Amino acid sequence: MDIFSQQLINGLVLGSIYALIALGYTMVYGILGLINFAHGEITMFGAMVSLAILHALLLHTGLPTAMIFALALLGAIGFCMALGFSIERVAYRPLRNAPRLAPLITAIGMSIVLQNTAMLIWGKKFLSFPDIIPIQRYQIAGANITNLQVAIIVLAIVLMLGLWTLIQRSRLGRAMRATAQSPELAALMGINPNRIISATFMLGAALAAIAGIMVNAYYGPAHYTMGFMLGLKAFTAAVLGGIGNIAGAMLGGLVLGLIESFGAGYISQLSGGFMGSNYQSVFAFTVLIIILVFRPSGLLGERVGERV
Amino acid sequence: MRPGLNKLQTGWHALQRDRRSVVITWLALGLILACLPFLTELSLGRSWVRILDFTLLYIMLALGLNIVVGYAGLLDLGYIAFYAVGAYLYALLASPQFGLHWPVWAILPLGALVAGVFGVLLGAPTLKLRGDYLAIVTLGFGEIVRIFLNNLNTPYNITNGPQGISQIDPIQIGGIDLHQTQHLLTLTIPSTHLYYYLFLIFTLLIIFVSIRLQDSRIGRAWIAIREDEVAASAMGINTRNIKLLAFAMGASFGGISGGLFAGFQGFISPESFTLFESIIVLCMIVLGGMGNIAGVILGAILLTIFPEALRYLGEWQQLLLGRVWVDPNDLRLLIFGLALVLSMIFHPAGLLPSTRRARELHARRSILAQEQDSLYEQQR
Amino acid sequence: MKTAPTHLNGITVAVLLTAGLTTGCQQKVDDSVVRIGSVAPLTGMQAHYGKDNDNGARLAVEELNARGVVIGGKKVTIEVLSEDDQADPRTATIVAQKLVDKQIKGVIGHMNSGASIPASKIYHDARIPQISPSATAISYTAQGFDTAFRVMTNDREQGKVVGEYAVKKLGAKAVAIIDDRTAYGQGLADEVEKTVLLAGGKIASRQFTTDHATDFTAILTAIKATHPDLVFYGGMDPQGAPLVKQMRNLGIQAQYLGSDGIKTLEFLSLAGKDGDGTIASMPGLPLDKMPGGKTFSDKFTAHYGPIQVYAPYAYDAMNVMVAAMVRAGSTDPAKYLAELHTIHYSGVTGDIAFDHNGDIKAAAITLYQAKNGKWEFLETITSNGEAK
Repeated sequence: MDIFSQQLINGLVLGSIYALIALGYTMVYGILGLINFAHGEITMFGAMVSLAILHALLLHTGLPTAMIFALALLGAIGFCMALGFSIERVAYRPLRNAPRLAPLITAIGMSIVLQNTAMLIWGKKFLSFPDIIPIQRYQIAGANITNLQVAIIVLAIVLMLGLWTLIQRSRLGRAMRATAQSPELAALMGINPNRIISATFMLGAALAAIAGIMVNAYYGPAHYTMGFMLGLKAFTAAVLGGIGNIAGAMLGGLVLGLIESFGAGYISQLSGGFMGSNYQSVFAFTVLIIILVFRPSGLLGERVGERV
Repeated sequence: MRPGLNKLQTGWHALQRDRRSVVITWLALGLILACLPFLTELSLGRSWVRILDFTLLYIMLALGLNIVVGYAGLLDLGYIAFYAVGAYLYALLASPQFGLHWPVWAILPLGALVAGVFGVLLGAPTLKLRGDYLAIVTLGFGEIVRIFLNNLNTPYNITNGPQGISQIDPIQIGGIDLHQTQHLLTLTIPSTHLYYYLFLIFTLLIIFVSIRLQDSRIGRAWIAIREDEVAASAMGINTRNIKLLAFAMGASFGGISGGLFAGFQGFISPESFTLFESIIVLCMIVLGGMGNIAGVILGAILLTIFPEALRYLGEWQQLLLGRVWVDPNDLRLLIFGLALVLSMIFHPAGLLPSTRRARELHARRSILAQEQDSLYEQQR
Repeated sequence: MKTAPTHLNGITVAVLLTAGLTTGCQQKVDDSVVRIGSVAPLTGMQAHYGKDNDNGARLAVEELNARGVVIGGKKVTIEVLSEDDQADPRTATIVAQKLVDKQIKGVIGHMNSGASIPASKIYHDARIPQISPSATAISYTAQGFDTAFRVMTNDREQGKVVGEYAVKKLGAKAVAIIDDRTAYGQGLADEVEKTVLLAGGKIASRQFTTDHATDFTAILTAIKATHPDLVFYGGMDPQGAPLVKQMRNLGIQAQYLGSDGIKTLEFLSLAGKDGDGTIASMPGLPLDKMPGGKTFSDKFTAHYGPIQVYAPYAYDAMNVMVAAMVRAGSTDPAKYLAELHTIHYSGVTGDIAFDHNGDIKAAAITLYQAKNGKWEFLETITSNGEAK
């Protein structure tokens, strides 16, 4: 039983991170109908910028660690919001009315540009997170859990609840929902769609920055190529939940995290020893395909009526 | 760039009106294609003939993907899987792996067929999916194929896993080993050139098939589905079969190209069939102009040659600035990415858009403009 | 007919342009300059290893040129041409052909087996000797090419030593094995698995990850359930370091064992405290015990920063190649290739001599343990099992 609960914890931590990144994909998609392929790279920049600030402040100032950490977090969030804003301005806004695949290609181009810019700035080495968080290990129901894992899950839940409230209750959230439904009508209501789109990109980027720091602090070293795989997984999660749907991205992230960890853990038993954890992704993608075959718009996606 | 292109196009149309000059142009084009490997070797060296060979392989791939994405409008992010299927089929049937040494004329059609079957296997469960849902499922399919190739060394060793398959038989045609330098009268034809001619023949064949398909009933059915699936099925088009046919046709082009790749390289491993390759092929067709054969070819040529040309960045820096400021290898991909972004911003429909697409884009813009005008009127 | 000439003119211009482009890259090679290629991935995930290889080869050449190399009674200058193969098999063949076009006399590379194998065919056809500093796949030298060499032991030799060490020296009964499904990781892990079973050990669990992975908790949890004494990882440090951290977080206290892919400074800094106690194998003899080893590492560190992992092998590979040219009294590959097959050279990684395949003959493997942020020497074992 402890193996089961351990895999559950593993999956929840992984899933929370996927969910945070997936939200950025899904919000942008909801409004623009665009896959922001460069979103994974924002996660990478979040990790890189926070590391740069951490190292600089730890080395040159005597500030308390908690304060340095807070500054690094804020710095990374601020930087990534600016980055998200600029990406939209440079690569997507000029293509608002272009054929559907054109912005996909600029997104891929942006992703390559951002990766290589990060390489020029931070080099080709893998950068580890400094040892500033004292790790404590607890045992719950026979499973090991660390304070860092708890922090990640709690922070992710708080952020998601916050985002949910923001979108449902605030003026900005209402404006975002209105723009998603019809930019033209929203414009008539006195909403500036361009401002809302920029705000969406910045909001998604802020979440991605936090996710980047989590990955760096919990899983391992930051590297200029780290965003690609993360972005891809998060995109998968967003589609799984129903792309364009906020709750769907949260659910999709968690489900994908759980599928991956239970898949790696139990695939060997399931396949009678024929397949091992080398087929982890095959398992995840197969579940995804099966879900999409039965629910072609994802878990929570609305069935879009066919326009005739 | 744009007026230049337009001028070129008008020039081209004027040319087509004149019979004699058409013949002359085609002859000149044929002559250039025939001499190209020799000219390239003389001017740039043999490595560029090798790059030409790969360019032709990518043209075939891009034309295959163009059927799925460009004609039928189905976004496929796992296309490289079919290339992999073709390559592995060749490698397994003509290498010491199983001790089989089948001739190329038997493997290539089989490769096209098997890849086509894989295309249907991918297409069948995804018929109901649209747009980005289809994209993620095809992406998953591509990864599944690659992961199986990477892991089928146990319990039975089929693909030799991550180690890849080496010592694959070179392509032999009518007793001519394409891997050996051949002598024709006074002419010495090295292996890279021989492969160039073989690949050129296949490329021309695939271009021919693509053109014929475009103008056929099936081609029109694909375009109808792309434009409006519901309307297409209301017009009596069997959308299921037509979609599956698109997947199968596109896949078979990939299978042929993969088989040729395996024979040419002599070694294949799963590393050559990553998601990034699928993405690059997609970039080729979108950048060049989806649905337009000339555009797709242009895209494939540019995206194969451009990154290689950027290898000379160091020498150019030396020449222009007197010393190498930034390691050219660090800049190469950055510039490649920038070029993708800029090219799409300035040519959103591709460098050579299909006439139909260009018309649509134009029409859509003017509708939008009208809508905005009327909105303003209402506001007033 | 009016428009045709302009069109044809366009074609002529294009042809001339292509021809004109080339003037920069087709200079006549000066007889006193010997060009040697150096190929490794200089971009992408493995760029930090690749740059290290390239620097190793460059340092050797810098020293050789400073000392003055006389081949066949004539003083020559060696020029290194570095190329980036992106660790991609297709790109590897293009850069290989590019180097051949530039009339190189030999090549140090490639770094990865997956790139070395397809490229070796091109070098073989052009009759150019190739010495890989770090390709370990058995099939690289098993293709029957007399031009393919390596200065590093192959997977079979190293896997055998590591597997036996785990069971016989460390006394592990139940061994868990993880690999990253690359040619390197899988090749090595399979050999380790075989040897462990032969030596009387048991495979508690066989798990897999990828060379892009960051999360290992799922496979580690599966491993934990089997209570192994030892965990072997076949792969490189970007995964090997976080893996040991996550292992300790999950409460797995088993001995952690790896190969040259994790015997890096990077591993120590990435794994931090959790890396302590890790044992890793490394082909060759310990650098600081070799004549010239200390000088090499000091010089390298001063020039390029700390050694990642394979720089000494690239350094040796370059030196062996030039030594063979000097002995043959010729830079002509046809002449010095025979010398390479019979040469005995004492390098900073050990004695270098090649067997008929092109593999290194006296394969010695050294084991190290991480202690307080440093790799400490444990022992050196030759591939036939005796300790030195």
